[in-house]
Amino acid sequence: MSELTLTLIKLAFLAVLWIFVLSAVSVIRSDIFGTKAPTSSRPKAKPKAAGKPAKPARSRKAQRGAPLTLRVVSGANQGQSVPLGDGPILLGRGTDAAIRLDDDYVSTRHARFATNGEQWFVEDLGSTNGTYIGSQRVTTPIPIGLGIQVRIGKTVVELRK
Amino acid sequence: MPASSTSTWVPRKRRGAELVLTAMAVGIAIFAYAAVGLGTSGSIPADTFKLAGALILVAAATTVVVRRLVPYADPVLLPLVIALNGLGLAMIYRIDQDCPGFCLGGNYSPLADAQLMWTAIGLLAFCVVLFVVTDHRMLQRFTYSAGLAAIVLLLMPLMPLIGSRVRGAQIWISIGPFSFQPGEAAKICLAVFFAGYLVRHKDALALAGRRVLGVDLPRGRDLGPILAGWLISVGILVFQRDLGSSLLFFGLFVVMLYIATERPGWLVVGGVLFVSGAYFGYLAFGHVRARFDAWLDPFGDPDANGQLISSLFGLAHGGVLGQGLGQGSPELTPFSFSDFIIGAMGEELGLTGLMAILLIYGLITERGLRIALTCRDAFGKLLAAGLAVSFALQVFVVVGGVTRLIPLTGLTTPFLAQGGSSIVMNWAIIALLLRISDQTRRPAPEISAIQSDDETQVVKLPAGGVA
Repeated sequence: MSELTLTLIKLAFLAVLWIFVLSAVSVIRSDIFGTKAPTSSRPKAKPKAAGKPAKPARSRKAQRGAPLTLRVVSGANQGQSVPLGDGPILLGRGTDAAIRLDDDYVSTRHARFATNGEQWFVEDLGSTNGTYIGSQRVTTPIPIGLGIQVRIGKTVVELRK
Repeated sequence: MPASSTSTWVPRKRRGAELVLTAMAVGIAIFAYAAVGLGTSGSIPADTFKLAGALILVAAATTVVVRRLVPYADPVLLPLVIALNGLGLAMIYRIDQDCPGFCLGGNYSPLADAQLMWTAIGLLAFCVVLFVVTDHRMLQRFTYSAGLAAIVLLLMPLMPLIGSRVRGAQIWISIGPFSFQPGEAAKICLAVFFAGYLVRHKDALALAGRRVLGVDLPRGRDLGPILAGWLISVGILVFQRDLGSSLLFFGLFVVMLYIATERPGWLVVGGVLFVSGAYFGYLAFGHVRARFDAWLDPFGDPDANGQLISSLFGLAHGGVLGQGLGQGSPELTPFSFSDFIIGAMGEELGLTGLMAILLIYGLITERGLRIALTCRDAFGKLLAAGLAVSFALQVFVVVGGVTRLIPLTGLTTPFLAQGGSSIVMNWAIIALLLRISDQTRRPAPEISAIQSDDETQVVKLPAGGVA
């Protein structure tokens, strides 16, 4: 083994050791600089939106990760959906419901989805069989996020993008 | 603007990153092993492929276990530890090459195989802990049992028949051919005990007290536990002559008190108690005084401090880039495979390599403290912080001792030094940290859809009925 080879091996080993340490650091740099989540570009858009009094509908559309539709994912009306706006959305078997659910276990005016501009809530309107999130009965307006399944009679609805 | 959108934290498993880093860590270990062979005898050791196969197999198995049992656990902890363990194995193998018939008065027998076996046992312990401890909060139930276990473990070396005195310190037990250092296991038990105890009593310790010179000092009656901790540490110092463990346990307790109560007053009290204890030790015990003298002026008595001096020469010989693996002479330092392995690393890898190793230790501690920060329950927070702090303290005490920053004490360098109990228990610590990490990084449980209709129907109607 020549002296030069051994020196090269020594330097190569130190380099590999440091590359390993620096790779470990680069894996955990997200702790310091934040993860590249879909919302990471939000702070940039914030000053613009705050600068002029934008319409609430537009600001919500700009907001990524906010639900855009309410969709029936299971039950007789499976696949039907209603776009989310600013106003409340009524679900039930009655004619004034946004989606007329063809479900015997659903009351005429069963549940209402409403927003305060930031968050969507589900509220039971005194239905016979109740509104459920998981196995928990909805008694007061409860905030719901994307993909939380809300059960109305035999129908399951959820907020989608 | 909704506040929720700015602080969205997406739970990510990052097991792919872990796999890449693990592969690099295994690569480093194999590279080190081959480089040792090239440096000492000019050829790659014949059993490199055997070792490489074993390492790859073990690393793959560990990765699979982590993927299965703690899918959301921290991705860098495991690779960092594997790299340290691999480096330690290579260095012990390297010392094996030059030592037989020379070190320890010719009584040296190769240690690398035993260390490899202990590593395997450590990985087994790692998997067992992950299997058994499905939720770290279940450890809180064993708060006082853990405290008792720690005391029993600490007392075991003092018992007749099984306790044995090795090189002045009575910290080993030997049953048959096996010897074990129960202090390492006591470390985990004490961390569990302190965490459980402080979760319950932290309010009394934090809120009551009076202010002296701008520092909140705790109430007299709340000093009980810290005095007990101090007495236990001093007891270890007096009866077992183990400076390192005494320092480690007391430091661990003081830091955990500080973390639990957020009151710097405890650090002041702990510092005062420590200084008085150290002074008392200096006055009362010859071996403590010898350590202090060796720290302040090692060259005053070259015969007694030969080990430390030799290690310092080794570090100087290493310089910035080191002599290269297998080309230094770490075998000249007694116990360069265990207590002084940092000196051996410094000689062969130089300041550059030593800094990388210390950075790996720093990263492991940082991950531990990070887990403590993000943990949602108080017990997990304290336990993770305690384990991370004990790890950091141990590295500080050992490396500080070898580099003459503080008096030399006998603690093992985690994962590097030769020694079964240390390897096994440190792997168990990493398993606990990964378990807590998995709990904290896991996304909030999904609200599951109901399987049966009966569960939610208040009024049951026949099909086609009117609701």
